[in-house]
Amino acid sequence: MIRTHGLTKRFGRVRAVDDVDLDVREGDVYGFLGANGSGKTTTVRMLLGLVLATSGDIEVLGRRMPRSARDVLPSVGALIEGPGAYPHLSGRANLATVDAAGPGRRAGRRRVAETLEQVGLDPADRRPVRAYSLGMRQRLGLASALLRRPPLLMLDEPTNGLDPQGIREMRDLLVTLNREGTTIFLSSHLLAEIEQMCTRVGVLDRGRLVVQDELTTLTGPTGLVRVVTTEPARAVQVLSSAGHRDVRPEGETVLVPGRSAEVNETLVRAGVPVAEVGPQRRSLEDVVLEATDPGVFRGAGAA
Amino acid sequence: MIRVELIQMLRRPRTWITIAALNVLPLVVAILLSVTELGPRPGTGPPFLAAVLSDGSLYPLAAMGIVLPLFLPIAVAVVGGDAIAGEAQTGTLRYLLVRPVRRGHLLIAKLVSVVAFVLLAVVAVAVAGLVEGQLLLGRTQVGGVVSISGTDLDTQALVQRSLLAVAYVTLSMLGVAAVALFFSTLTDSAIAAALGTVGVLIASTVLLGLDAAESLRPFLPTRYWLSFVDLFRDPIRWTEVVRGVLTQASYLVVFLAAAWASFATKDVKS
Repeated sequence: MIRTHGLTKRFGRVRAVDDVDLDVREGDVYGFLGANGSGKTTTVRMLLGLVLATSGDIEVLGRRMPRSARDVLPSVGALIEGPGAYPHLSGRANLATVDAAGPGRRAGRRRVAETLEQVGLDPADRRPVRAYSLGMRQRLGLASALLRRPPLLMLDEPTNGLDPQGIREMRDLLVTLNREGTTIFLSSHLLAEIEQMCTRVGVLDRGRLVVQDELTTLTGPTGLVRVVTTEPARAVQVLSSAGHRDVRPEGETVLVPGRSAEVNETLVRAGVPVAEVGPQRRSLEDVVLEATDPGVFRGAGAA
Repeated sequence: MIRVELIQMLRRPRTWITIAALNVLPLVVAILLSVTELGPRPGTGPPFLAAVLSDGSLYPLAAMGIVLPLFLPIAVAVVGGDAIAGEAQTGTLRYLLVRPVRRGHLLIAKLVSVVAFVLLAVVAVAVAGLVEGQLLLGRTQVGGVVSISGTDLDTQALVQRSLLAVAYVTLSMLGVAAVALFFSTLTDSAIAAALGTVGVLIASTVLLGLDAAESLRPFLPTRYWLSFVDLFRDPIRWTEVVRGVLTQASYLVVFLAAAWASFATKDVKS
């Protein structure tokens, strides 16, 4: 659905996006992860033809961008760095106005009302957007992206300004849409958000794409068994003498190559108390921290 | 897109507030004249103002003469400066462009909407002037209106020439509109674009009054603004009117091309 090759954008001497090869496939919920200022938004803007690439190729829905913008963009719903709306118009009038400005058949009044309901806004609300809260504006922005039922959604920080309840609704809505066949390209600096929703992940670090893979592959078992015990020293001794190599104690946990059941049996037989045992998995946070400059994501996991 | 843009313009409270504001000064002038009956001496003050005390049907033209040199161009600078920069400020520019609306189309639609706004404003000033003239100032004398050249104009001729004047005043604003549109593509601040345009107009007015700038005069955008007066000579003196239209057309072509060049390849980061 989205492919880029050697995508680069320079602002003066700064390479905001540097040689990025994106590969978003049909049916993906693709999580595009990066710290603030890592080049996410610039990349999204280039995919949509708002910012012109310094070099590199972009293909969206199988067509070259920005050359084929007129054919491609009607099939793309976008939310770019927050919503934009005419403050003196109602939510409904805003949707109708932007819809009427573009090519193709207009979405009817029923479709507008339906989309507003879908994102949790009241279609009968006649207040101007000026009176909307940040969360309501964000919902309106999403409604605008969904209005024409596009097969591809590009959402930049879609949960900005939403409360936890709103975030959950947004997530459920996107998961439903994806199940019905919509490909979703989601950019965010929130690790948890990506981890909960996405099937594929790309990580951008200072303009470079440092990771791009299936989430299940990235966070798969590492081949190590993780044991939690109150007597780590004795556990290390027992496992080493049982023939395990590279046994690593880390506080109350011990990491050892092998299979959980065997490790467990060895320890229990020797009378070592085992509180927990199981295959070690990496979290997305580990993956990201490993691939990026330490410190860039500090605090992002907690946010 | 043009239709959407026109509807947007008509729907904005700002449009109507600006037009109402434009009409305040002519109304105040009409009231003052009718109360004091102290008109400017013939040949001084805004065009036609000397004649309106005896003949209220000329007041639409006097009213246009009052708003044309300053208020109307400022209104055009504000509306034109807001065209692209205002969309950038509300965050709607990016959504229009990915809808997708072609950048060239957007510029043209904005220009058409600014021109429509000017026409609406000028007609409003003229109509309000007509009403004020009839209610507050002198009634038409028997035998028709006297043209500037001293001959009589019948009602039909007066209406025709007034319509020509409305058209000419509207055309006179094309240059301002194009400059404002150009500045509007350069910045994301509508106010900056409007102020830049007003700056150009002030510069033009200053140069116009400077003898050393004699050679520049024919090219200044404000040079022929008041030439609509010539439409009320008998016969009509076309020379400056035609020059005025050509000047405005040149500004329109140059600055619209500049606006397109700056906007077509611009990175939209708003």
